[in-house]
Amino acid sequence: MALVLKQPSVLPGFGLTLGFALFYFSLIVLIPLSGLIVKTTTLTWQQFWHTVTEPRAMASYQLTFGASFLGALINGFFGSVVAWVLVRYHFPGRSIVDALVDLPFALPTAVAGIALTAIYSSNGWIGSYLEPLGLKVAFTPLGVLVALTFIGLPFVVRTVQPVLQDLDKEVEEAATTLGANRWQTFRAVIVPELWPALLTGMAMAFARSVGEYGSVIFIAGNMPLKSEITPLLIMTKLEQYDYAGATALGVVMLVVSFVLALMINLIQWWSGRRHTAS
Amino acid sequence: MILKPFVLTLALLTGALGFTSSIQAAESISILNVSYDPTRELYQEFNAAFAKHWQAKTGQTVKILQSHGGSSKQARAVIDGLEADVVTLALAYDIDAISEKAGLLPANWQSRLPNNSAPYSSTITFLVRKGNPKGIKDWNDLVKPGVSVITPNPKTSGVARWNYLAAWGYALKQFGGDEAKAQDFVWRLFKNVPVLDSGARGATTTFVERGIGDVLINWENEILLSTKGSGKDKFEIVVPPISILAEPTVSVVDKIVDKRGTRLVAQAYLEYLYSEEGQEIAGKNNYRPQLPAVAAKYAANFPAVERFTLQEFFGNWQKAHKAHFADGASFDQIYLQSPK
Repeated sequence: MALVLKQPSVLPGFGLTLGFALFYFSLIVLIPLSGLIVKTTTLTWQQFWHTVTEPRAMASYQLTFGASFLGALINGFFGSVVAWVLVRYHFPGRSIVDALVDLPFALPTAVAGIALTAIYSSNGWIGSYLEPLGLKVAFTPLGVLVALTFIGLPFVVRTVQPVLQDLDKEVEEAATTLGANRWQTFRAVIVPELWPALLTGMAMAFARSVGEYGSVIFIAGNMPLKSEITPLLIMTKLEQYDYAGATALGVVMLVVSFVLALMINLIQWWSGRRHTAS
Repeated sequence: MILKPFVLTLALLTGALGFTSSIQAAESISILNVSYDPTRELYQEFNAAFAKHWQAKTGQTVKILQSHGGSSKQARAVIDGLEADVVTLALAYDIDAISEKAGLLPANWQSRLPNNSAPYSSTITFLVRKGNPKGIKDWNDLVKPGVSVITPNPKTSGVARWNYLAAWGYALKQFGGDEAKAQDFVWRLFKNVPVLDSGARGATTTFVERGIGDVLINWENEILLSTKGSGKDKFEIVVPPISILAEPTVSVVDKIVDKRGTRLVAQAYLEYLYSEEGQEIAGKNNYRPQLPAVAAKYAANFPAVERFTLQEFFGNWQKAHKAHFADGASFDQIYLQSPK
């Protein structure tokens, strides 16, 4: 499908709106981010490289991006299940559950972090049962994963839900009448429809998790090389008045997040095209 | 049409702002005290006392705003433009930073008030679980295998730096000034630390609420506070025979008070901390008073501790920071040299 710019549109003034959009985008996004990069240039290349590759920084990238990715995967699966249940079944209290999904959006992250820590620490409701099994959640990297999964959930549910709602049951019935078994229907009919939305949701959950600070800080334990996330390392640098070092780490996160977001967009675009082509 | 409500709000806002500021200029003056976390209760009480004193003395109503947070975070806020008339922070290093990075006060600020600009002092003590099951009495009990120690992260917390230096100074005293042995001692201590919270209150929460650790190292005033009320039956205070003399320091922020025209009241505010009433309030809020008469009155609350000074072992904060808390310094080496 080619993009046609000259199409008559309901909103007049393409030039004006584009100008406004660019201005707004610059003001809110581009200027602060370029400030970040300008500040980093006060470091020499060696200093920059040293700051962003020291062992503590490397360990923190691994934890931040690794746990965010895992969290997004977990949410991809369970979030879809939640969305499915909310769309396809009617049960008492459904609208309450539906509203509860948004809570991680609204809750101050510090509150989430403190609540999760209280529950998962060795004297907490859940933690006291997990501890005898040798499973420590609070103050370990596992705790980071729990917190990131918590804050990422609504992103997946809220992107998958509308697509599921639009998905006609008739299509599935048609598949059945054409002789498809349940697995075939799921794989060939439902998944291709959901896939782009699911990817978007997971990408958003991932991006949100990478930047998360408030909730993780309480549950992580913050041990160097073990359970330190990159945002904490940035805070640590700031506490030492090392502004340039902090922005250097910020730039690394920015670049990695941007590349990942771009990749996800490309995958989406590619899968969307393949889907419409077939 | 859409703009109308905006214009209206704007008009109302500017009107309201103009109105309040004109009132303030007329009869009262306000100053902002930027402080660190555990002084909240202390300054609430002190501010009320000072306002009364100032009113009686000059007839002027003074409104004191307080801001609390992690000590270096607060210093950073001032550097970045928070208009603090006075700063009352956990360590001199943070006020040094304001002088050095933003030039808001002269480098010799610490010599302008008595006792190195520390109107009250404190020290570092231990909190253990009721009955002291691990038998902790002194610093060398903290490095024993199987003892779990809670202290915040010295990279992000003011008190954690005092804790760290207290342990290091203790070891230097024990081992006759042998730096290598002191380092080994502190490393062994930190091998016993399962969680590094980012601030003092966070560490207290981990120990008190989460039930983690056998001993908490913290400000004496925080520890005294946590044994009041419900904590009385669950915890015990252990005061080690030797600890560090912790001096939370205060200063007027020159450039700000000159700009706002508040120097007189800000100066008087800090000086009043040294007065008998100020010292009394400090003592009541678990800070050790400097004034001998008041100190004697509260002596029962504060067990005798041999307190060594920062200067004795570390020279000054700049040197201590460089040797221990800068990137790659002794604290980082604990984790870098022997990753678990």
